[in-house]
Amino acid sequence: MNKTLLIFRHEFLHTIKRKGFSIMTLIVPVLALLGIGVFQLVSTISEPPVIEITTIGYVDEAGGFDQYTTQGNIELLRFNTPDDATAALINGDVSEYFVIPPDYMSTGVINRYTLEKQLETPPVIATVIKNFLTSNLLSEKVPPETVYRIEAPLKLVITRLTETGAVAPEQGGYGNVIIPAIFSLLLALSLMLSSTYLVQGLGEEKESRLIEILLSSVSVRQLLVGKVLGLGTAGLVQVVVWLVSLPLLLNLASSAFGGFIGTIQIPANFVILGIVYFILGYLLFAALSAGIGAISPNAREGQQLSMIYTMLVFFPLWFSSLLFIFPNSPIWVVLTIFPVTAPIAAMLRLGVSDIAVWELAVSIAVLGLSIIGILLLTIKVFRIYLLMYGKRPKFGEIIRSLRSG
Amino acid sequence: MPAAEVNHIFKSYADKAVVSDLSFSVARGEIFGLIGPNGAGKTTTIRMMMDIIKPDSGDVTILDEKLSEASKNKLGYLPEERGLYRKLTVIDSIVYLASLKGMDRKSATEKANELLNQTSMLPDKRKKIEELSRGMGQIIQFLVTIIHDPELVILDEPFSGLDPVNTELVKRMFVDLRNQGKAVILSTHRMNEVEELCDRILMINNGRTVLYGNLAEIKSRHRSSSVILDFEGELGEVPGVIDKRTHKGGVELVLDGNTTPQQILERLVSTGIVINRFEVATPSLNEIFLKEVGKKT
Repeated sequence: MNKTLLIFRHEFLHTIKRKGFSIMTLIVPVLALLGIGVFQLVSTISEPPVIEITTIGYVDEAGGFDQYTTQGNIELLRFNTPDDATAALINGDVSEYFVIPPDYMSTGVINRYTLEKQLETPPVIATVIKNFLTSNLLSEKVPPETVYRIEAPLKLVITRLTETGAVAPEQGGYGNVIIPAIFSLLLALSLMLSSTYLVQGLGEEKESRLIEILLSSVSVRQLLVGKVLGLGTAGLVQVVVWLVSLPLLLNLASSAFGGFIGTIQIPANFVILGIVYFILGYLLFAALSAGIGAISPNAREGQQLSMIYTMLVFFPLWFSSLLFIFPNSPIWVVLTIFPVTAPIAAMLRLGVSDIAVWELAVSIAVLGLSIIGILLLTIKVFRIYLLMYGKRPKFGEIIRSLRSG
Repeated sequence: MPAAEVNHIFKSYADKAVVSDLSFSVARGEIFGLIGPNGAGKTTTIRMMMDIIKPDSGDVTILDEKLSEASKNKLGYLPEERGLYRKLTVIDSIVYLASLKGMDRKSATEKANELLNQTSMLPDKRKKIEELSRGMGQIIQFLVTIIHDPELVILDEPFSGLDPVNTELVKRMFVDLRNQGKAVILSTHRMNEVEELCDRILMINNGRTVLYGNLAEIKSRHRSSSVILDFEGELGEVPGVIDKRTHKGGVELVLDGNTTPQQILERLVSTGIVINRFEVATPSLNEIFLKEVGKKT
């Protein structure tokens, strides 16, 4: 058998036999779905929340605001003067009060008084006051149904159409984001874990001088390509297990729990692109880790150095809340093309919106070229720093080594 | 054709010469000693021979060619500091490393079982490497070095960490390899092991050649003109003896340049003393080394 294949086989088997890898592959997706299921179940069987009636005071100095004093679970209690309202507030009879001044109709100003320190008026209170004012202003001018519709004028239902005008099989919504989000998180964790394996493995081989025995049998290129491909294939196994099991688990969870889980769907292009980005991500991180393993004097220092790029993997996840508002902003385009963040950024964006074909093409091309480039650089520095056991080379030294060949 | 030929190799690190103009060859069917004190440049020389590091200049020919993937399969290498995959079993470690030397799994497994049996380690073959004692680990590494029946075996400090029983076992294996026509390069700072096993030697210090050639000839060249005598009786003046030095095992008689040990023996017999031991004194390799290094400094 070709020696690269032998190393590939050894690394692949060594990786998939690790406990951490098995846990990530088999247990984490199940746990993620169980988590959603448990949440759903708890929500379903819980007692309906006890609605607490809150009383808010008000002083009508403008006149004409005496109807619609029940707004949902909030009662509005009228006081004649601000002093009466203040006394009631201090006694705890009302949780707060507001004053409608005489010039309200011309200014729109409402003065609100509370004992609590607040950044701004809570939205519930603001809505209650707005609806109370609106209802009274329209009272006897329009029918009550119209008053209600003015208070709650729309309930948006979005339907995505295809270019032919038919209803698109893949609709948007949060149900669409769940799988890519879970997948991205797992991918990030998996990349971090696999980087650790490779850096640790190379560090141990250097520390134990096993690397000398290996290089007395194979070339640096065979060793590194075998290791990187072994880890990449282990990653592929992981993604295949997830992609095969997730729809199955989703169906099970959906029939068992219904509700939100029933709305979860896997975006159409996600499966293919998911596999592509997963493999490329694995290969990139394996190549980076091999480089770090090459220049690190031992496993511990290698792991510290690898934190630099493994932290970057999580970068798109930290800013994922912005993604929902501006999924196609320049920053997300950059994150989709920058090789270290590309796998996660692309996965997340696929769940939220469509990514332009050129962006995907550039992103995948940059990732592929980065893998080849980093691997070639690693092969070059590997021999130089192979026997450097006690000292980590400085950045300048590495650059000089690369220049001198 | 020699099994290994090294021509004028140089290696420096940060402008410090580690190996300077070393040349030597190793024949098939011999045990060749690469000897010198710690830091002499032995390991660097071996690493250049194994193509693990490149010489700054000079060239190395292994089994009649530059070291290639194919010729790596004919080499066995035991590095100075040893390591194996700690979590792998003994049999898996041997078979994996043997397969990297071009053996198929079936024959590697068969050969591994055979070697483990020879070294009485067959019952341990399912144990993880981390469960073995240091000495047992060393034996496994030695088996990994020779399992693929290499034509040239390079061993860097092979006896370090071995107990006397395993040292003898490994020595026997070296001799077997030589008897099979293999070339064995034994790098060590332990001169007594070299004296016992090696046919030819290269003695280096500070990366330079101190002595190179047939061990017996070197020792003969450095034979001192003295004899060791253990006797009973009264030893008076003996013609041809210019000095007497008392040692633990007897007396060393230093001869003048014109008297041979044979003549001295005849004269001693004629004095009437009882001779229990008479030995022509030969210096140890260590003494030769110290003498040669002293000359050059």
